[in-house]
Amino acid sequence: MTLRLDSLGQRYGDQRVLHDITLTVPDGQLLCVVGPSGCGKSTLLRTIAGLHPAREGTVTVDGTPVTGVPDRLAVVFQDYGRSLFPWLTVRDNVALPLRRRGLPRAERRAEAERILERVGLDGAGRRHPWQLSGGMQQRVAIARALVCRPSLLLMDEPFGSLDAQTREDLEDLLLEVHRTDGATIVFVTHDIDESVYVGDRVVVLSPAPASHVVLDLPVELPGKRDQIGTRGLPEFVALRAEVGRVVRGS
Amino acid sequence: MTQAPTPATRRAGNASRRGPVNPAGSTPRQVLLRLLVLLLALALWQAAAQAHGSVYFPPPGRIARRAHELWFSGPVRRAFLTDAAVADVLPSLGRMAAGFGIAAVAGIGAGVAVGRSRWAYALCNPVLQFARAVPPPALVPVFVVVLDFGAPMQIASIAFSAVWPVLVNTAEGVRGTDPLRLDVAAVLRLNPLERLRFLLLPSALPRIFAGLRLSLSLSLILMVFSELLPGTANGVGYTLTDAQSRSDLLTVWAVLLLLGVLGYLLNTALLAVERRLIGRGRSTA
Repeated sequence: MTLRLDSLGQRYGDQRVLHDITLTVPDGQLLCVVGPSGCGKSTLLRTIAGLHPAREGTVTVDGTPVTGVPDRLAVVFQDYGRSLFPWLTVRDNVALPLRRRGLPRAERRAEAERILERVGLDGAGRRHPWQLSGGMQQRVAIARALVCRPSLLLMDEPFGSLDAQTREDLEDLLLEVHRTDGATIVFVTHDIDESVYVGDRVVVLSPAPASHVVLDLPVELPGKRDQIGTRGLPEFVALRAEVGRVVRGS
Repeated sequence: MTQAPTPATRRAGNASRRGPVNPAGSTPRQVLLRLLVLLLALALWQAAAQAHGSVYFPPPGRIARRAHELWFSGPVRRAFLTDAAVADVLPSLGRMAAGFGIAAVAGIGAGVAVGRSRWAYALCNPVLQFARAVPPPALVPVFVVVLDFGAPMQIASIAFSAVWPVLVNTAEGVRGTDPLRLDVAAVLRLNPLERLRFLLLPSALPRIFAGLRLSLSLSLILMVFSELLPGTANGVGYTLTDAQSRSDLLTVWAVLLLLGVLGYLLNTALLAVERRLIGRGRSTA
């Protein structure tokens, strides 16, 4: 799906949050949005997801203006503990989006188990989210997002509260999913390293208020990435330095 | 909450949401200890009553025997219930169940409706607080005038008194639904019914049960109170006033004992339902 933002602006009362953001994300691109905390990254995602109507400008998905939550869109939130439903089992959490497709219960469950296996959680389906570690809970949230085969996946600092090892595992899981499913992904993070490692392209937003795009950088690294090798490449180091300089405003 | 809950916080979270948890614990030893305190209190009562020998304060042994005679010495095929039990206790319980049931259904339904919209909540809140503040027994005379004596009046009194705690608590519970989860429901495009079933009701369930527990004790109070009025023909409350008018203090005490036991059993049953519904799968979040 092609996502297009056209002079998008957003404000809360008198407070300008986003100002004049124009971006086109071509089908299948993994775009990372970086910016200092409080710069409106989450607001941007909520606007794309149709949870907030745009105050200025437009958001279109494949040419259709976004007025409600677009079809074939999925979101992964940072706070997995709150975004999952603790009263449902892991499997029922993942199967929840499938109800819309009118599948019988047995098929919904089988599909959920398939996706759980894919994110490395085979056998955890009958447990409850709070019985799992943070990393596993975020895998559940990713499985729930993937179960409907989204064409547009929005991720709001999804790995921000995980430890380094878990975060690297999930970054690689995300890259694998992106390679095989080819969805358009908008990935918001405040971690500069992460943005360069997972992104096809990095966009930096200016600090609040009235955040706008201050850097739009293609990431020209080999498609197949790995945590040790890729992060050691001179191109990686150069890109990271460039993004870092812009984020710090120097 | 961004970190996975530790077992300790999870347990604490569970406790606070499950309502009254027995602080004395539930190991066999602790249960035995509690039973011992109960027996000791009974023994003291028995001894004091016997020593005093007053007709107004009969010893608990005689009260229990009278209760047994009155209600539980019937034939086996009627589960030992006597004619008096069938004629008085069962109708009372039936009316209470009807009143409580109406209050629960109406309270949860209206509570969800009020709690879902900030606008409706702001508008209704003063009315609800007012309705809740009126002492329920004071309403019974109104229902007597409107509906005359009999089961409809009694059921209406119970239902009208018991509905407010459920309604107010359900509304609060629904209102307290995590906004992030509401976003999740929107993104998953759950329809209103799915949103109710998978998000709003489970979120509000601990509060709903807090309301139901209050309503249950109110229902028992109103059940007795609505039967105390002249003009009632049967019921536990009727047995009480009837015995009092005949100066049959032993029966009066037996009725009080029966009410205490009934209240305890009903509350225990409600707690069991609550544990079953909320116990599993609830976290601090």
